[in-house]
Amino acid sequence: MPSFNIFNIAGSGMSAQTVRLNTTASNLANADSVSSKAEEAYKSRHPVFKAVQASLAEKSAGAQVQVTGIAQSNAKSEARYEPGNPMANADGYVFSSNVNVVEEMVDMISASRSYQNNVEVMNTSKELMLATLKLGQ
Amino acid sequence: MAMPIDSYLGIHTQALKLGARRSELLAANMANADTPNYKARDVDFKAALAASGPTGTHLQMREPNGTAKQNHITLTNSASSANAPTLYRAPFAPSLDGNTVDAEVEQANFVQNSIHYQASLSFVNAKFRSLMTAITGQ
Repeated sequence: MPSFNIFNIAGSGMSAQTVRLNTTASNLANADSVSSKAEEAYKSRHPVFKAVQASLAEKSAGAQVQVTGIAQSNAKSEARYEPGNPMANADGYVFSSNVNVVEEMVDMISASRSYQNNVEVMNTSKELMLATLKLGQ
Repeated sequence: MAMPIDSYLGIHTQALKLGARRSELLAANMANADTPNYKARDVDFKAALAASGPTGTHLQMREPNGTAKQNHITLTNSASSANAPTLYRAPFAPSLDGNTVDAEVEQANFVQNSIHYQASLSFVNAKFRSLMTAITGQ
């Protein structure tokens, strides 16, 4: 296995999935955060993935993953009437986050599976590479 | 006296090169399993290997005339097998975000490719061992 590029590819996949897990953790942790203004309420965050070619010279080579940014969801924040809440505005409303907990859980499982996939790829490649090094012994 | 080691090892060196490249492509597919608009890619292993020349080239060494040239041609052809065209996989169920990676298909292909790679390694190893036996005479 002459190309070490496979480690970079699987590594980029792992780091991208880690970012995704991080945003999921942030979203789940802030699912019940409230704010006194709709625009200040927590917005659920999701990373944007993009495939990038490792080298332009080798068009046939595999592409790495890059996180190009974190997009904030523009779903509407729910207004709840909680006059007893210290965060409530003059009308007695608080604005909760727009995190969809079920969606986040699904996203978490998907990210975890993808991460495991990349780890397996890396392990298998390592074993094959070591076997190649032992060639002729 | 140059040892035609490449022709002695036969098709397996080409299979190893191609296997390494294919594993890289499959790894890229799995890494990009959640990337929007990413299209899964692969090489046609059978066609690429067939393009690398006739199998069992080492047998041709025994022919009396033009053997060296024949081997030479096989070698230049075989260089192209590692540069076989990358094709796009026809998806079973394309998703809305334009991604055509099916993680299970890629996993299965990756495992298959790894086993083929290990098989080729075993063949090359066995060839080296028999060569050593021939050299040492033991």
